[in-house]
Amino acid sequence: MMSTLLELNNVQTHINQFHILHDISFEVPKGEVTVLLGRNGAGKTTTLRSIMGLNPPTEGTVSYKGQVINKWKPHMIARNGIGYVPEDQGIFGDLTVGENIRVAMQKEDETTTEHLEWVLELFPDLKKFWKKPGGQLSGGQKQMLAIARAYVNDNELLLIDEPSKGLAPIIVEKVMESILYMKEKTTIVLVEQNFMMASKIGDSFHIIDDGKTVHNGMMSDLKQDKNLMKKYLGIA
Amino acid sequence: MQQLRLNFEKSTWIYLVIASLLFILPFMMSGRSIMFLVMQIFIFGIFAMSYDLLLGYTGIVSFGHAMFFGIGAYSIAIVFDLNEPTMFYLIVGVLIAVLLAAIVSFVVGILTLRLKSHFYAMLTLALAGLFLVAAEKWRSVTGGADGFTISVPEFFKDRTNLYLVCLIVMVLFFFGLRRFTNSPLGRVLMAIRENEGRTESLGYKVLHYKVIVSVVSGVVASIAGVLYMLSLRFVDTSVFATEVTLDALLMTIIGGVGTLVGPIIGAALIEFAHHWLSDLSDVHWIFERWIILFGAVYILAVIFFPKGIAGTIQELYRKKRKKRQDNKEIKSEDKMAG
Repeated sequence: MMSTLLELNNVQTHINQFHILHDISFEVPKGEVTVLLGRNGAGKTTTLRSIMGLNPPTEGTVSYKGQVINKWKPHMIARNGIGYVPEDQGIFGDLTVGENIRVAMQKEDETTTEHLEWVLELFPDLKKFWKKPGGQLSGGQKQMLAIARAYVNDNELLLIDEPSKGLAPIIVEKVMESILYMKEKTTIVLVEQNFMMASKIGDSFHIIDDGKTVHNGMMSDLKQDKNLMKKYLGIA
Repeated sequence: MQQLRLNFEKSTWIYLVIASLLFILPFMMSGRSIMFLVMQIFIFGIFAMSYDLLLGYTGIVSFGHAMFFGIGAYSIAIVFDLNEPTMFYLIVGVLIAVLLAAIVSFVVGILTLRLKSHFYAMLTLALAGLFLVAAEKWRSVTGGADGFTISVPEFFKDRTNLYLVCLIVMVLFFFGLRRFTNSPLGRVLMAIRENEGRTESLGYKVLHYKVIVSVVSGVVASIAGVLYMLSLRFVDTSVFATEVTLDALLMTIIGGVGTLVGPIIGAALIEFAHHWLSDLSDVHWIFERWIILFGAVYILAVIFFPKGIAGTIQELYRKKRKKRQDNKEIKSEDKMAG
């Protein structure tokens, strides 16, 4: 029986006057990849931002390792082992690749150095362009850098938002390879529109529709359920 | 890494050569006014660098930066007015200036930097106005709007000594701040400038960093105020005026934000323009209103050189280096293919 690392219970989030999340509830078992699926605008990104404290929930609870973290500031959440790879990658354009990674490293010890060596081995482009400003990288390289920044710390949980968005198939393969490797070492919540990728990586899934979690189950079961896929994901 | 070190050393050498030339300048010329002008450039260069820390490195806009400049000027002036103008009281005055500037910038930072940047801009504007009014009304200490003259230590009565002190302080601040901005803390500041939310979600308490930079900037500006007072030997409420902040803003933008050397170049341009264009008022009345001409130059500079002078030069250098690197890569690939 796997323990629960993260739990969302009836989370509601408002952004200004807009009520974006109405009822998000799910659990993230430790050591697994939990995939959040849903159509555009369903509330997947806001869910990740609510967990991260960037759009704090107005109702409900977010519990991490048994502690309610609703009121925590994003820096406290990050310091407690939750890494976030945003949809727009959030690369600091004026900082070099090396500086982007160094800024993200909360400490330098054996584990983070080992993680850094691994990401540089997996993404040799980052090593090659170590001194290049982040803003001058291609979309794929930026995604690699964003993943590297999140993984370089010894995070227990990674929130990854649409890592395949706008990338060439060959880069998507590379990104997928990196997430599959990270899966061995950390727990992941993945938001992904690319169903092929999500189904290869994910263990369990939660479908979000109109700001509510409407369905959940094991990824292997979802692949068989054509009706569900058509209804909520638009995949025939 | 080696390439980086070489470039760093190259630019450091260039700055040191320029500093050495400026060091021997007073021994090669006799004009008092030009020496005074260059001294003002050093002082405003320091002041503009302190502004660049806020605007260029952290993305904080301040409309009241003059208050720290004024705190420095008034601190030393009041200490000299109440005591003998000796080196001991100079140190006391500098310590008071630094302490006051640090406290004010800390309080202002804590109160406003957690909010959107325009709150900081508005509060600093209001506070600078408050200091201006306080200096005008507290006549028994500040001399009101008329100000007062003071005597300075014997050492600073020699213009060459004062010139050299200003130059040394500017050079020390330049290299010190360059080190500060190139440090891991400086990189965090640049990350904050680019994306505050993202920096926060990497585990940094953004407010702490903003307050640190606000205090460092305020302290550096107060030292510029101290030197300004030593050079003029007179202080009045104009040191708190919004124009002083706007000058720093202009110097930083025209010179190049986020470069440190840019604000010094900007200070030189604005001070020279002020000096020469004012002198031309006999030729045509428009030169009396030289700020109008400068406004036009400023608009053109922002349109055609948005990165400022130093920023544009750095950009060209970077492009040239990239082209050289690309050519090298193509050549080595050809060699391998051959």
